[in-house]
Amino acid sequence: MTKEVKQVDRVIIRIAGDSGDGMQLTGDRFTQETASFGNDLSTLPNFPAEIRAPAGTLPGVSSFQLHFADHDIMTPGDAPNVLVAMNPAALKANVEDVPKGATIIANTDEFTKRSLTKVGYESDPLEDGSLGEFKVSRVPLTSLTVKALEEFDISKKEAQRAKNMFALGLLSWMYNRPTEGTRDFLKSKFASKPEILEANLAAFNAGWNFGETTEDFAVSYEVKPAELAPGTYRNITGNLALSYGLIAGSRLSGLSLFLGSYPITPASDVLHELSKHKRFGVRTFQAEDEISGVGAALGAAFGGSLGVTTTSGPGMVLKAETLGLAVTTELPLLVIDVQRAGPSTGMPTKTEQGDLLMAMFGRNGESPLPVLAPRSPSDCFDIAIEATRIATKYRTPVVVLSDGYLANGSEPWRIPDVSGLPDLTVPFSTEPNGDNGEFLPYRRDPETLARPWALPGTPGLEHRIGGIEKSDGTGNISYSPANHDLMVRSRQGKIDGIARDIEDLQVDDPTGDADVLVLGWGGTYGSIGAAVRRVRRAGGRVAQAHLRHLNPFPQNLGEVLGRYDRVLVPEINLGQLALLLRGKFLVDIISYTKVRGLPFKAEELAGVVQEVIDRAE
Amino acid sequence: MPSENFSDAHAGGNGAVPNGLKLVPRSDVEYKMKDFKSDQDVRWCPGCGDYAILAAFQGFLPELGVPRENIVIVSGIGCSSRFPYYLSTYGMHSIHGRAPAIATGLASSRPDLSVWVITGDGDGLSIGGNHLIHALRRNVNINVLLFNNRIYGLTKGQYSPTSETGMVTRSSPMGSLDSPFNPVSLALGAEAGFVARTIDSDRKHVTSVLRAAADHEGASFVEIYQNCPVFNDDAFQPLKDQEERDSRLLRLEHGEPLRVGADRGVVVGDHGELTVADIAEVGEDRLVRHDAHRADPGYAFALSRLDQPAFEHVPVGVFRDVQRPTYDGLMAEQLATAGADQGEADLASLLTSGDTWTVG
Repeated sequence: MTKEVKQVDRVIIRIAGDSGDGMQLTGDRFTQETASFGNDLSTLPNFPAEIRAPAGTLPGVSSFQLHFADHDIMTPGDAPNVLVAMNPAALKANVEDVPKGATIIANTDEFTKRSLTKVGYESDPLEDGSLGEFKVSRVPLTSLTVKALEEFDISKKEAQRAKNMFALGLLSWMYNRPTEGTRDFLKSKFASKPEILEANLAAFNAGWNFGETTEDFAVSYEVKPAELAPGTYRNITGNLALSYGLIAGSRLSGLSLFLGSYPITPASDVLHELSKHKRFGVRTFQAEDEISGVGAALGAAFGGSLGVTTTSGPGMVLKAETLGLAVTTELPLLVIDVQRAGPSTGMPTKTEQGDLLMAMFGRNGESPLPVLAPRSPSDCFDIAIEATRIATKYRTPVVVLSDGYLANGSEPWRIPDVSGLPDLTVPFSTEPNGDNGEFLPYRRDPETLARPWALPGTPGLEHRIGGIEKSDGTGNISYSPANHDLMVRSRQGKIDGIARDIEDLQVDDPTGDADVLVLGWGGTYGSIGAAVRRVRRAGGRVAQAHLRHLNPFPQNLGEVLGRYDRVLVPEINLGQLALLLRGKFLVDIISYTKVRGLPFKAEELAGVVQEVIDRAE
Repeated sequence: MPSENFSDAHAGGNGAVPNGLKLVPRSDVEYKMKDFKSDQDVRWCPGCGDYAILAAFQGFLPELGVPRENIVIVSGIGCSSRFPYYLSTYGMHSIHGRAPAIATGLASSRPDLSVWVITGDGDGLSIGGNHLIHALRRNVNINVLLFNNRIYGLTKGQYSPTSETGMVTRSSPMGSLDSPFNPVSLALGAEAGFVARTIDSDRKHVTSVLRAAADHEGASFVEIYQNCPVFNDDAFQPLKDQEERDSRLLRLEHGEPLRVGADRGVVVGDHGELTVADIAEVGEDRLVRHDAHRADPGYAFALSRLDQPAFEHVPVGVFRDVQRPTYDGLMAEQLATAGADQGEADLASLLTSGDTWTVG
């Protein structure tokens, strides 16, 4: 029987189940299949902080959304075309996001009276007509899986656990995905458990065959590969790209990488990843606390390593004191804040942009440091290299503000040619620089205002640094009023001067006559870009620009702001960039904010942009 | 390490390379004490015990045989933490309590450095207590010198975590409610491999303990009783008074019987604890012989409890000197193993690892 194959240009699927059901793994595998097929894609994992919340409850629902297309896309999509609900909780938690006419595939085995009651369904939504506006496929995923695995010498529980592979097989059939990658993945994952491997492969095949043979699924879909620029690609999450970028920064600068870190969601994956790459000379130190993590990184930096610490908001707070020490000792240090919803513990697995002002000002005294923010998962690679460049050249701590959405989300990444990456070799001091043959650790480079970096072990350059105010030049303790004023201004001037050494802000204004500029920073680039496209498709004129350097700002920012009648700044906080822009440039910013722990939806933002455009006309 | 073997633990000072400095270059310069003095004026209060410790330390450094540039002093905040400014080595005067963390990063990435942490009872045991215990437990190759004056000096006279209960200070006008730490017990509880105590005024003893600490490969912890003449003057006077001290000090000598003065000694009590008894009553044979190399820290811990009642019999010297793998050594081993097992570290192949596809 040959079934109909429909061509579509893009699809958004969301699979949802218990946090123990393997939804993230299933989503990740489907993503890899999709990536290797050549679609453009963007993903949004969404999971609870609890490792195993009680099964079948709303707080325990974990989901994974994937948007893939035959053209380039910028977001994981607003609303799924297909929802796979592994149980009633997954249905209930997600059905509100599913638009009318979309497909819901429900695992009927789990729609028992008990499970329904647990999440407050008084009757079975699969039967009571409440899902009438959707195309509902009722598939007994669990029992079909168990049946398919009857011949295997494994327990029923183990067989049931393979239901995610059945679902993956079914989805792979529906969207004509290549399956070799998943087979190879399972072979390597279960290499030491041949029986489990065979069972998972059998469940995966059974899912595929179920799609192909059963009449429930009359149509499969084809999404042609996207036209991407020539090159070698891989799919990459923000945290992985950041880890690779740090290793690259270490290689390019010739400094050994030292990571001091304390586990914290959603930054821990960087610690996990870097701890695998010891052959690159990467030292990972799992500290007793956040303070020790950054302290050790600073100590390593004093010794000539590329010192890095990774954390999220609650850890950033604890590191503030050491960042102040790094500012005043003027040592290079990379501080990665993978932002999550705050304040306090907040929502550990949900995204937010709430740490901008903390990164800028969250220390005592005048304590300036550069702040960067990647705009997409793959940009995390480039931003890590840029952070390394600035930190080592200017001898300063640099804060990188990633976020939970970038960290766990993924997209195809065109792997750069290593030979095209910048040379970041550090010129360490080896000779005295004083007029009388002495070493002056605070005699600044007149161009960059950076101080010399002399490593312990270098004869003749022995010196002392510390948190007490230092005398210009010698670095000796100084309480002189004039000297303090000079040092405060010198440290500020050094950071401000970096503006001359960073890229100008690029503005995308295709018609050249837009009145409205949408300006964002960090992880909102995709949503803003998708929103702007929608507006333009509908005939709207709008310009878009996105900041990767938050401190100092690009030199042309003031001029860009002045060019537009209205500047809209969408942020996942209560207007932190807007506050900075108003303060620095005295411009009237239209701030649009949402703090739901989720990225903006393109449709919603497009509406906001259109409204701002309409205000004038 | 067999406890019967009372071997000499201290290889340093007799020309051999100290064990704690195996990976540190040797100096071909014969340093003098003055070579380790910086050009900065020393600014502690007159009579401060820190002067004596600084002098002992500067006098000791030449004997380390390490190039001046390979020595780094890291300190926190407090009177004692000004130490690095007065030494002509590399140094960092960091932030309150964090010196062990900073030194951990430095020492574990630079095995060619001799790293010394200078801290006090407030810095090391109060605000920085967490970092101290973890650095000791990890056994990073650092030497921690904790100057204990049982008071906050720099903030002008508040009780510290080693002040005795009931002590009247500016922040405890009716007497401190806190029970004090015994720093030696704490370090032993934190699995420190080397734990010692000495007294600021006894330069010879300070030097011998520093020598033993440098010789220890891994974290060493030295408590130095230090006088604060302004806020807690003569806190340790009973241990310094020429008439009294010999009858109060329990000098720990590896392999020797534990004696307090001429008449008293340490014996094992009814419950396995150590107690001080009259030798005339118990007999010479029952005296415990000091063994700093016992793998089990229980004995050293029991010794550390002998400092009560206050100053009746206070052990000084090396409580424990037991070798175990260092954190930095193990880390270097993992890096070497990974290099050997996983082949050449090539950035391009790292970036293209995993599932890739090619367009065009």
